[in-house]
Amino acid sequence: MELNLTPNLLDADGFYDELLSAHEGMEKDESDAYNARLILILCNHIGDRAILHAALNAAQKD
Amino acid sequence: MVDVRYDIAFRLYPYEKVAAQDAPPARHPVVIVGGGPIGMATALDLGRKGTPVLVLDDHEGVGQGSRAICFAKRTLEIADRLGAGDAMAQKGVVWNVGKVFHGDNHVFEFNLQPEPGHKRPAFINLQQPYFEKFLVDAVRVAQSEGAPIEIRGQNVVTAMERHDGYVALEVDTPDGPYTLEADWLIACDGARSPIRGMMGLSFEGRVFEDNFLIADVKMTADFPTERWFWFEPPFKNSGQSALLHKQPDDIWRIDFQLGWDIDRKKELDPVNIRARVDAMLGEGVDYELEWTSIYTFQCRRMKKFRHGNVIFAGDSAHQVSPFGARGANSGVQDADNLAWKLDLVIKGLAPESLLDSYSLERAHGADENILNSSRATDFLTPKSEISKIFRNAVLDLARDNSFARPLVNSGRLSVPCIYDDMPLNGPDGLQAPGATRPGATCADAPLDQGFLLDHLGGQFTILAINTDAPDVTAVDGVAVGKVELRTDIHDPSGALAKRYLGDANQAVYIIRPDQHVTARWESAKAADIRNAVLKATGKEVPVWN
Repeated sequence: MELNLTPNLLDADGFYDELLSAHEGMEKDESDAYNARLILILCNHIGDRAILHAALNAAQKD
Repeated sequence: MVDVRYDIAFRLYPYEKVAAQDAPPARHPVVIVGGGPIGMATALDLGRKGTPVLVLDDHEGVGQGSRAICFAKRTLEIADRLGAGDAMAQKGVVWNVGKVFHGDNHVFEFNLQPEPGHKRPAFINLQQPYFEKFLVDAVRVAQSEGAPIEIRGQNVVTAMERHDGYVALEVDTPDGPYTLEADWLIACDGARSPIRGMMGLSFEGRVFEDNFLIADVKMTADFPTERWFWFEPPFKNSGQSALLHKQPDDIWRIDFQLGWDIDRKKELDPVNIRARVDAMLGEGVDYELEWTSIYTFQCRRMKKFRHGNVIFAGDSAHQVSPFGARGANSGVQDADNLAWKLDLVIKGLAPESLLDSYSLERAHGADENILNSSRATDFLTPKSEISKIFRNAVLDLARDNSFARPLVNSGRLSVPCIYDDMPLNGPDGLQAPGATRPGATCADAPLDQGFLLDHLGGQFTILAINTDAPDVTAVDGVAVGKVELRTDIHDPSGALAKRYLGDANQAVYIIRPDQHVTARWESAKAADIRNAVLKATGKEVPVWN
């Protein structure tokens, strides 16, 4: 499998709203910690090191 | 003048003047500088094989202070081969459970107990002075049985000169200096290795900017025999992490991570140490401070562990952080790897180039240890704001989510390194478990009588399981033993079949003197065995069919 960088979220606006809502009312440090937990949970779910490697690269700004 | 740098826990080799001090320089086949655990293990191994060895130590015995306390299963197996394993196992504290805390929260616990069917536990805790004493005790036994080992206490090497084929050493003693010569010099003289310094060899790596306070306390407490590790401990002034771990004689290792900018003298004041320990143990716990120390560490190694006829082993060659118990344990593996090779070279049974494989294999081991140790340290001491955020996220998640627990790193505990793809390895001609592939240490297994590892090692050994192996008793002078086992007779637990056969019905393994597998097949011809031994002793191998 390859890293999917094409649209894959059925309800993009709904998801984005949920992501931001999750951070509502949090201080910066709480948000940072939340993001870190979220990343770790998602990375574990994906599991595939090649995909994770590609994602880590894709997230870099040129 | 011979300086006394530290107090002695066991005075095991008091200075005695020897005739050589008033005679012209005598030539020794092997001189080992440094009588610590690695020097003594190497001397013991060489001496038991009949190769004369002289150990020079700058003190008269084992230094005080617990220092290294965690000795791994592999180290005990090597000590078994050297005749010191039982004393260590009897005195040591066996532990399997580790608990990890984050602040007040118990995050999770782990159990190191491996599968059953091994003679030795995953780890014992034992103060380093005992470990060294038991090695010297084994030296004394070996000497009484004729092993040509000599230990000279308060003999300090002050200068060395390298000549063609030998090294001349200037040695200072309470009776003044004398000179001796060595065909082979093994530097087991520790992380600050004077020999390495005299040779001007580099020892570069990464410095970790942190100080750790050790307070070994003596108390009769009810804490269980477990390794307790706190990230961001909840007790007052305890620093970034703390450790509590039991040793023999009611001694407990307590370790506090203090950070970089500290006042050493102030932190070592017993009043301040007691304040920290009181906060950790709680009110009313009665204890004595047994040994205290502040340490910093580096992760580094020499580029090569062999420089002609000077060979480095243990901390003189490589240094790691203490997290993972990879210091003394890896040094003992150096001794295990080096002794049989040097013995064969000295006896003229292998080319000197065999010793380059020592450097290659053990540098590989050191790299693995440095990698693991650096990663543990980066987890313990996050180097940036974001690394601390991730570290604490891991600890937060680990409490309720098993997936995050493998990410928690309070030290990856020492396991023997596997010499994959190394030049001495022969073929892997067997569909069998990877854990016993060429390059790996032999896994132990209970037999109908005793344990497998008690039958292996010391010399090359053919291990034939459910098949007859050809009679090969020597290959160009290198002795080869044979152990033939049948799973229906010798393997009541099934562990031998599980670890060495997998789905195969039979197997022939060639085991090196250090109990590493060097080749394996379903069945082998005499020529296969011969070629595997030639390859494992650094010799030319004829065309292999």
